[in-house]
Formats: sequence, structure tokens, C-alpha cells
Amino acid sequence: MDFTLSKEHEMARTLFKEFAEKEVKPLAQEVDETEVFPRGTVEKMAKYGFLGIPVPKEYGGQGCDPLTYAMCVEELSKVCGTTGVIVSAHTSLCIDPIMTYGTEEQKQKYVVPLAKGEKLGAFGLTEPGAGTDAQGQQTKAVLDGDEWVLNGSKCFITNGKEADVYIVIAVTGKIEKRGRMQKEISAFIVEKGTPGFSFGTKENKMGIRGSSTYELIFTDCRIPKENLLGQKGKGFAIAMHTLDGGRIGIAAQALGIAEGALETTVAYVKERKQFGRSIAQFQNTQFQLADMATKVEAAQLLVYKAAMAKATQKVYSVEAAKAKLYAAEVAMEVTTKCVQLHGGYGYIREYDVERMMRDAKITEIYEGTSEVQRMVISGALLK
Amino acid sequence: MKIVVCIKQVPDTKGGVKFNPDGTLDRAAMLAIMNPDDKAGLEAALRLKDQYGAEVTVLTMGLPKATDVLREAIAMGADKGILVTDRVLGGADTWATSTTIAGAIRNLEYDLIITGRQAIDGDTAQVGPQIAEHLQIPVISYAQDIKVDGNTVTVQRQYDDRYHVLEVQMPCLITALSELNEPRYMTPGGIFDACSAEITTWGRADLKDVDDSNLGLAGSPTKIAKASDKVRKGAGEKVTPDSPEDAVAYLIGKFKEKHVI
Repeated sequence: MDFTLSKEHEMARTLFKEFAEKEVKPLAQEVDETEVFPRGTVEKMAKYGFLGIPVPKEYGGQGCDPLTYAMCVEELSKVCGTTGVIVSAHTSLCIDPIMTYGTEEQKQKYVVPLAKGEKLGAFGLTEPGAGTDAQGQQTKAVLDGDEWVLNGSKCFITNGKEADVYIVIAVTGKIEKRGRMQKEISAFIVEKGTPGFSFGTKENKMGIRGSSTYELIFTDCRIPKENLLGQKGKGFAIAMHTLDGGRIGIAAQALGIAEGALETTVAYVKERKQFGRSIAQFQNTQFQLADMATKVEAAQLLVYKAAMAKATQKVYSVEAAKAKLYAAEVAMEVTTKCVQLHGGYGYIREYDVERMMRDAKITEIYEGTSEVQRMVISGALLK
Repeated sequence: MKIVVCIKQVPDTKGGVKFNPDGTLDRAAMLAIMNPDDKAGLEAALRLKDQYGAEVTVLTMGLPKATDVLREAIAMGADKGILVTDRVLGGADTWATSTTIAGAIRNLEYDLIITGRQAIDGDTAQVGPQIAEHLQIPVISYAQDIKVDGNTVTVQRQYDDRYHVLEVQMPCLITALSELNEPRYMTPGGIFDACSAEITTWGRADLKDVDDSNLGLAGSPTKIAKASDKVRKGAGEKVTPDSPEDAVAYLIGKFKEKHVI
């Protein structure tokens, strides 16, 4: 077993790091403060292919592997959690299901402009009454002639108002499963601008404040029959498979936030003086840094392993769940400790670790809470 | 249009500088980057390619490790990479280097050759113009703007307080300043392609019309007696605040940043 990165991945990391430092970091604080979606950065990322990294070249992408994509989200998130999740939601939650389940026509029509970054993608599963319990879906889709008619709403949707293409999960009927009636769930592709599709409340969030989190509202929204994604009734499986991939993106985001906080803190403790010496000279600081660096590296190995599993395995739910669970909890722990090492300054908006701690929290919640990841992991163990 | 861009792998100035016992740079021991002026030259070539269509060949002379900058150039959009490497070419000064590079370029078809003004390791600014002399083509150095119209190249040549506008017919050589442009980033897909791209490697035997007496350390008229790392002083920062109040606010900001107050 060799843990060294290939030449391609080394070069890709150099690229993402340079881009993040020059183009993303200078805006991170402003994006957080003003909650303004970083449209200019998204356009630059589109120009350099960051919005279609794991997509084959024939569909407008870069033809790279999931590890390269995860490294991109990681490096962006090191300096700005908002920018990291924009790329993650677009790539993992919108492009990936169309690439996996879409028809050739759907791939040409939607994946090509999405991968080129001409359009931005989003994914709508969560509803006010259906978060972790995805079976609790209320949004309905009824076939009427050649059109599906959507009614209902989705909440907490990343890239909400800024996206152009949305994957929407909705109930299409009832089916009997093991003697019980269950909701039949299907997946759809909905374009912005479709009559009957509007936006509700913009969420005012603790962290990732520039990421445009909105409620999507469907009122007799008619979409073409051919916008059904995958088979009718397979929506739940599509959503779960999509989230497996999404969790690798969020795990990479969490990893990046933890790495960013640690890097910032290493620089800070060398400079900050108390009792006549730098706080880096105190053993408490040294041991805290050692523990954090160890956990961050362990998280990185899990994230990279999950990304490699996505490239080589058909099913990678457990790898993705472990990576997301661990990286998210490490991100929360590390950013909290980094704020502590910064003392009073760590509590001040001007200092990056304050934002990083707020950004870290969501990684334990979205795309499956840490509790859901534990259910996935233990479920596989006890099968 | 065929463009040859000469690029050099140089030690990253952020890393330490190390020397061989003979006073030459120990390049293998240092972090390496593409020389900034050369990167601007490459960007200028890639913009001409975007605008008019061109084949861009990047060429470098150095250790096998220098293929890294060729791959970086390909990942940015260059079409081909050529590495000139040979033990007998090592330790070359600007004369032996320009002789070598000209010998390599004689194998290629070209309309335009672009080099950086100077490399951040040697800082001589001699190699570009010397290549042009060897090849008997016109040279315009210190380019801050390049425009091409048919066979004519119009260049703004930078001076301290002004610039000259010069016109030249191709084939010609231009040396580029890093102020010429903001080089593009690589793309992820470009990186994957670049890593599988074939890099042409040439040695002494592939150089055309050159004499051994002008190559390598032995063929270098410049002998380095001694080289050492300079003890660097912080560059400092010059500010010209508009008022005493602004000056005080600036200083307080800096003190806070450094946790002095």
C-alpha cells in the first residue's frame, strides 16, 4: 500500500491551493458577513473547469476522478466553507444523479452545461416534515398527459436561488411493499423559470452564510414528462445513492475547514505572546496541536479512501458515511479548539477561526446527520 | 502560427537556496517553480493561440525534474513540451545556455519565440537576446504588450518612465515581463492530460550547429568564484497616508494585527 499521491493529484492540489489562496480567501470574510453568494468566484471556477471535475470530457467535464474533485472541495473549504459547499452540492447532488440515472438526452441537455459551469445545480429532498426521514415526503408529482404536475415545497436547499437546474424528489403514488402501503417516490429534473416554481424564505444561517439556502415552492408546476429522472418509483434509491456521493463532498468540506483552522492556528500560536513567550512554547498548545494534526490526517485518509471507493466500487455507502461522520466531528472539534487557542481573538469576527467554527457545525448535520451516518455504518455491521 | 516559448524551472524564492561545492545552484535540493517572467511569456503565447490559433511548444533546459514545468505549461494549454537535458550541458552560464537552446530551436519551425525577460535565480536577462543573436533573428526585450497583425508584431517595450512601441516582422524573439499579463491557471483536466503527454527529450546529440567548446560548464566564459545566500532583510512596507490621523489609524491597525496592543 502506497499513500503517496500521484503526479496528477499533486499538481491538482497545487492548482486548487493557489486558486483558493488568490481568488477565494480574500472574499471569505465578506461573503460570510454580507451573505452574498460569490457569483464572481463561481464564474472563475467555471472558467477553469472546477464545476465539472469528475465528469467525462464528452459531457463537458474535466475527466478527472472523484479524488481530484474531493481535493478541490477540500482546498476551497480550507479558506471558505461557503465556496466548498457550492461546488459540492452542484457536482455531487445535481450532476452526479443525472450522470448516473439520466438518459443520453438528459445528459446532453443538462450535464454538459452544468459541467462547463454555464449552469449551476441544486438538489431538493428535504422538506419541513422530511429531513432524516426521507419517507416523510409531501411534495407530489402527478402525471397529466405529457406533463408532471408538481405541488409542495422543499426547504434548506443549497444553491437555492442561484441554481438553474434542480433535482427534485416527489411522491408519485403508493405501492405495497411487504404487505404495507408505502409512498412511491420518484426523482425529477426541474429548470429555474418553469411556471409554478418559485422561491420562499431565504434562510439566515449560523455558517456557510453565502451559500444561498432557500425554500423551493411548487404550485401546479408543470414539467415535461421526459424530465422524470431514472425509473418511476426509484426516487428514494436515487436520492440515497446521490447522498452517498454527496457525503464524500461534505466530508471533504469538513476536512478542509479543519485543515484551514489548524493552519491558521499554527501561525497564530507562534506569533501570540503571553507571559513573555509565544503560546506555541506551552506544552498545552503543543499537545493540542499534535492531537488535532493527528485527527485531521486520519480524517483525510478516510475522505480520500471514500473518494477512491467511489471511483472503483459500485457501492460505497459505508466508506462515505465513515468519512463524513469522522471528518465532520473532527472539523467541529478542531475548530472549537482552535477558537480556544486564539483566546478572546478567536471569538471576534475578524479572525477566520470564528467563521470556521460556525461553518463546521453544518457538516455534522446536512446530507445526513452524524446520527444517520452511525445508522448506515452500524446497519452494515449488523446485517 | 508556430510559437516556441522558452521556460525555466527556478528555485522558489520562498524556499531556501542551496549551492553545489563548485558554486553553482543545487537545483535538485530546492523547491522549484516556473520562472514568473517565463510564465507571462507563456500566457502571451496562449492568448495568441486563443485569438489567432497557434501551435505552442514549450522548451526548457535543465535536469529531468524540469519536465514538471513543461507539464505545468501543457496543463495551462501548451501543445508540446521539449526537455533539453544532458550531463555535458550542466553548469552552463548564459552563453552556453543560449548556445544550447538555439541549437535545440534550430530543429523546430517557428514564427515567434518568447522568453521571459530574466530568471529569478540568475537575474541576467541575457539568455533571450543571446538566443536571437545565435538564430540571427530580431529581438525586442522587456515586452509589456504584444499584438500580432498578419506577419507583423507590435510590441510595447518598457522603460523606467516610458515605453517604446516597436514593430517587427516574424520570425522574431520577444522577452516578456511578468507585468505583461496575469497568467491563467491550469485546469484539472489539463493536468491529467499533461501528466500522460509525451515529453520530447533531447540531449547533446540532438543540438544543431553547435560546438562542444561552447557548451556546459567547460564552455562557459563566466566562472563563479563563490556564491552564498544573502542574509535577507524584511522588505518593509512604504505607506503614504493622506493625513496624520490616517497614519495613526494605520499604525494602530498594524499593532493590533501583531498583537502589540
